[in-house]
Amino acid sequence: MDIEVIKRYLPLFSKAFLLTVKIGWLGIALAFVLGILCAFTLYYKLPVLSTIVRFYVELFRNTPLLVQLFFIYYGLPSIGIRISAQLCGTLGLGLLGGSYMAESIRSGLEAVPAIQSESAKSLGMTKWQAFRYIIAPQAFNISVPGLMANVIFLLKETSVFSAISLMDLMFTAKDLIGLHYNTTESLFLLVLFYVLMLLPVSFAGSLIEKKVRFGMYGD
Amino acid sequence: MGIEVIFKGKNLVRLLAGLGAAMKISLISVAISIVLGIALGMLMTLKKPVINVITRIYLEIVRIMPQMVLLFIVFFGFTKLTGLNLSAEVSAVIVFSFWGTAEMADLVRGCMISIPAIQYESSAALGLGRLQTFIYVIVPQIVRRLLPLSINLITRMIKTTSLVMMIGIVEVLKVGQQIIEANRKTAPNAAFGVFAAVFLLYFAVCWPIGRLSKYLEKKWEN
Amino acid sequence: MEEILKVEHLHKSFENLTVLEDVSLTVNKGEVVVIVGPSGCGKSTFLRCINGLEDIQDGRVILDGQTINPPLQKGDNYRQRIGMVFQSYELFPHKTILGNIMLAPIKVQKRDKNEVRAEAEQLLEKVGLSSKKDNYPRQLSGGQKQRVAIVRALIMHPEILLFDEVTAALDPEMVREVLDVILELAKQQRTMLIVTHEMAFARAIADRIVFMDGGSIIEVSEPERFFTEPRTERAKRFLKTFEY
Repeated sequence: MDIEVIKRYLPLFSKAFLLTVKIGWLGIALAFVLGILCAFTLYYKLPVLSTIVRFYVELFRNTPLLVQLFFIYYGLPSIGIRISAQLCGTLGLGLLGGSYMAESIRSGLEAVPAIQSESAKSLGMTKWQAFRYIIAPQAFNISVPGLMANVIFLLKETSVFSAISLMDLMFTAKDLIGLHYNTTESLFLLVLFYVLMLLPVSFAGSLIEKKVRFGMYGD
Repeated sequence: MGIEVIFKGKNLVRLLAGLGAAMKISLISVAISIVLGIALGMLMTLKKPVINVITRIYLEIVRIMPQMVLLFIVFFGFTKLTGLNLSAEVSAVIVFSFWGTAEMADLVRGCMISIPAIQYESSAALGLGRLQTFIYVIVPQIVRRLLPLSINLITRMIKTTSLVMMIGIVEVLKVGQQIIEANRKTAPNAAFGVFAAVFLLYFAVCWPIGRLSKYLEKKWEN
Repeated sequence: MEEILKVEHLHKSFENLTVLEDVSLTVNKGEVVVIVGPSGCGKSTFLRCINGLEDIQDGRVILDGQTINPPLQKGDNYRQRIGMVFQSYELFPHKTILGNIMLAPIKVQKRDKNEVRAEAEQLLEKVGLSSKKDNYPRQLSGGQKQRVAIVRALIMHPEILLFDEVTAALDPEMVREVLDVILELAKQQRTMLIVTHEMAFARAIADRIVFMDGGSIIEVSEPERFFTEPRTERAKRFLKTFEY
């Protein structure tokens, strides 16, 4: 491994890293918003909407992100819908993530027994208070492991962005391997930056899970 | 909207063949993952410190490294390191098995430790030997918990194999691109139809398998 | 005698299945009414209808002169005036014991936090659980959880308390500690409507026994009379199932 090469490549990878992280977390934010909305639609069984949401969730959970991105980025322009690669990446990750988040949040909500809500109501709480103080905190605690797994999964999925010519980490690595054959250095930096991106999240995730587990189950 | 392109000539057959190429890689990888995963998962329940440390590092690598990165390491790095040329297909099988084995091992371990000790004790009380207990009491319970999860792993594996186009394997997306390219003049907006078709093809494969997994999980819940 | 709760011709069905048919009952202030009957006779559903946890198809539930069901009242919350204790305790697992008890008075009744805490601690003291106030429900035994559930209902100062088979999920040795708390409440002239399978307890605590079967009230008697010479054939048969 040539330290000079690494020094030379570092700025390129840093730039790609920032782009990957930016789009990754924007996509995750979108996924949370979408997931919460969809989970509520399913939980409260809103007519019509819940059918649409179920269709969306099944469709996006059962197809790869790469295919979704190809459809949005290369397919849609041929019927006149054209968006930038960055927006496409964010949107694709958000849509994929939304379907996973929706399932995690919904199953968390449904795991709280209905009688807990009745118990809250019997104390005079309104529907909203019962949700706010009784259902939501428990559902959140139950959902946390799934949500953390989703975040890590989505951050890993950012590795396909190069397919829509986003200059992300993979793109940079592939480009440099093709250009200069400095394979070892490029792969080293690629791994390094993905570790940098994911290890803290994985670590924080375990901590949060432990905390929530303790609050909920005491072990 | 370019949908007619799919039904032109042998295009649909070609797309399906592309999907077949991806399916082949995923099924081989799943088979390897299940065998190795069961073995590793059982090793992990032995609670030997050395095994624990190694498997934890292994699982953490798989947990945080994108399969795409692993694919690059094996496909480009192996050649660089050994001078041998590893085909894209073999690289893909190695990487997906590496990933799948970790997932499977974790599932197996989870299932094994979820069998309560009283099951072993009550079997012993009935006079069953250790091997008999394992075969007649423990394995059936593990299979019931494991099978839906393993089937689920298949759909995840199939979705993941879409990545192989990035290392040059001609699978369904690549075929799609070729079809769009070939029909650029006659059907300039074929991209929408073709990629929509690829989208639906993946859905058509993964959705039923996912349903089966859910069905079995429900059926064997208690 | 002052009427506090009046149920008139209540009719409840789940789709095509009739669960309660023409049930009428009046509970007076300070009275303890115990409902007994075979499993599935509709007694638990009856309590749930009173508390508005079920909608009803016909009839009325009147609390202190005001019709509360139907329609299920939304804004003006009568439920805080009715306390309910469930068979499965239904403490909130994510809150401490004190948190469980203080949540509703603070959020629903908007009472002062310090005042509520003082009362909560005093009530816990009375049921012998002061030392558990900062624990989580999972750290308590079934009997302890149920006593907390009773305190959680009491702190709302309800006009009537509903008990839905509160000892049915308990280990035998814990039944007593819960029943003792309820007996103590009876001595304080609390109005209570109790569904139970504990016949000796029913006999000891009730001012009136209501016997239900098949979704209807079959017999209403003084406890001594009900247990020694029930009037109806069905009540006789029911009581026989408790003999050896």
